[in-house]
Amino acid sequence: MTTKKLLTAYKTIVSKELTRFLRIWVQTLLPPAVSMTLYFIIFGNLIGPRIGTMGGFTYMQFIAPGIIMMSIINNSYSNVVSSFFGARFQRHVEEMLIAPVPNWMILAGYISGGVARGLIVGLIVTVVALFFTELRIIHNPFIVCSVVILTSVLFSLAGFINAIFAKNFDDISIIPTFVLTPLIYLGGVFYSIELLPEIWQSISLANPILYMVNAFRYGILGVSDIDIHIAFTIILLFIVIMSGFSLYLLHRGTGIKT
Amino acid sequence: MKALEITRLEKTYKNGFQALKGIDLAVDEGDFLALLGPNGAGKSTTIGIIASLVTRNSGSVKIFGLDIETHPAETKSQLGIVPQEVNFSLFETCLNIVVNQAGYYGINKKVAYDRAEKYLSRLGMWDRRNDISRNLSGGLKRRLMIARALLHEPKVLILDEPTAGVDVELRRSTWGFLKETNARGTTIVLTTHYLEEAESLCKKIAIIDKGLIVEYGSMKDILAKLYTETFVLDLANPLGKLPDTAEFNMRLTDPLTMEVDVNRDQNANALFETLSSNRIIVRSMRNKSNRLEELFIRLLDQSGVYYRQERGKDDYQKAVNSI
Repeated sequence: MTTKKLLTAYKTIVSKELTRFLRIWVQTLLPPAVSMTLYFIIFGNLIGPRIGTMGGFTYMQFIAPGIIMMSIINNSYSNVVSSFFGARFQRHVEEMLIAPVPNWMILAGYISGGVARGLIVGLIVTVVALFFTELRIIHNPFIVCSVVILTSVLFSLAGFINAIFAKNFDDISIIPTFVLTPLIYLGGVFYSIELLPEIWQSISLANPILYMVNAFRYGILGVSDIDIHIAFTIILLFIVIMSGFSLYLLHRGTGIKT
Repeated sequence: MKALEITRLEKTYKNGFQALKGIDLAVDEGDFLALLGPNGAGKSTTIGIIASLVTRNSGSVKIFGLDIETHPAETKSQLGIVPQEVNFSLFETCLNIVVNQAGYYGINKKVAYDRAEKYLSRLGMWDRRNDISRNLSGGLKRRLMIARALLHEPKVLILDEPTAGVDVELRRSTWGFLKETNARGTTIVLTTHYLEEAESLCKKIAIIDKGLIVEYGSMKDILAKLYTETFVLDLANPLGKLPDTAEFNMRLTDPLTMEVDVNRDQNANALFETLSSNRIIVRSMRNKSNRLEELFIRLLDQSGVYYRQERGKDDYQKAVNSI
């Protein structure tokens, strides 16, 4: 396929993905806005003032980047896992498999869809956050943008892998419920790991989400529990590993070919 | 030039079921081939491998001389696939489904919309273009899949039971469309359980059973292998007793209906002479069953399976020749 044709195929996959989640915006874009509003009201307005400052910021300011990142992670993941599993379940993934679309293009299309939803939801939640707290002038816009995009790519890839292995609809909710949610909540969204005993601080460092949340918080507030270079290295490493694994699975036809 | 060339194709599924045991098949450009066989014979597996939806264990599939594994983009561009099961999004409009499919082949939107109008119109679906696909009847869903498979204007169209469960009117119009498509130069490979469909549409036939091609040739040559045909005669007057003749095997199903077996070395004229000499007037005459169906059933009967499995292919071929 020529580059122009490849680009047309890519645009088709992405446009189909965008249409899908925008058509059901009540299920995809509204819920994060509502639930994140509740987080800001309960943790920020009601409990936050009793906690005081954290890292030199009000509790509301401290948790805002984590909450934004939490919604980006959840939505990037759930967009790709539900869309690709749906395509497998209804078998319309075959439309792409019989066409001369290379595997990396299929992957890129779905990941772009996940990133798009992650970014839109991230923007919505940021706007919601601004109703509750004043986020200072962003400390480092480049870090903010790159962490958002890379994290979104990473969790879109994770969603893609989950969708490939899932055999039924239960399988696409098990990982988000029992793996993703605990990792997010223990990933420094609501607290600084400095508050934890030393042993738990060390254990927390094994949680990849900690690096993303802290890198994003650093980009906005300029404070972080971990070295920003390590955070980027970890994120990029996971992206490389998961991309390679996803392509390997597509090449083998796992879950999509018999 | 061979449009499709399958060589020693084998497939064993993870559960140990050997669906294909080394089939060979060659389809010339412009041919219209029917791939026939009972359920589980290996038809859909063969199509799945050609479509890159099923992985093969060994053997090769070539489209216009190019292997589908080493030249996936080139070969996929030449193929249009209509699967047995509905495999489009049930939440999209018909128009979006076909236009998106064109996009996967790198066709720009303008061309895609023009072709969508062309093929949906030819299949009588243009008025339904904005309908959500799940609201279509079974027959229209199959037609939508045909339109979708043609959007990139493939040279080879492969259809897996395109008229299964479709009413007679839609089936006949689909036949017309396929004949027209073949006449325009598209090579067509079709699987079907309607042997009447195969006999009416196809120039060549391949019969597959238990993962092996057991018969392959032109429709005419294959039908010529049918040794005995049974005709049903509608009589003008009730008949109490069969004419006394050793030449033909006759039986009465009721006083006004007679069945007669005619062998390949006999002819209908001799039959009518016998009937006339016995003052039997025939109002009309028809084949008891579709000729291809008769041959198909005889080919796949127990003896065929026995000969092929237990005594080898040569003995089996002798048995087939004696049918």
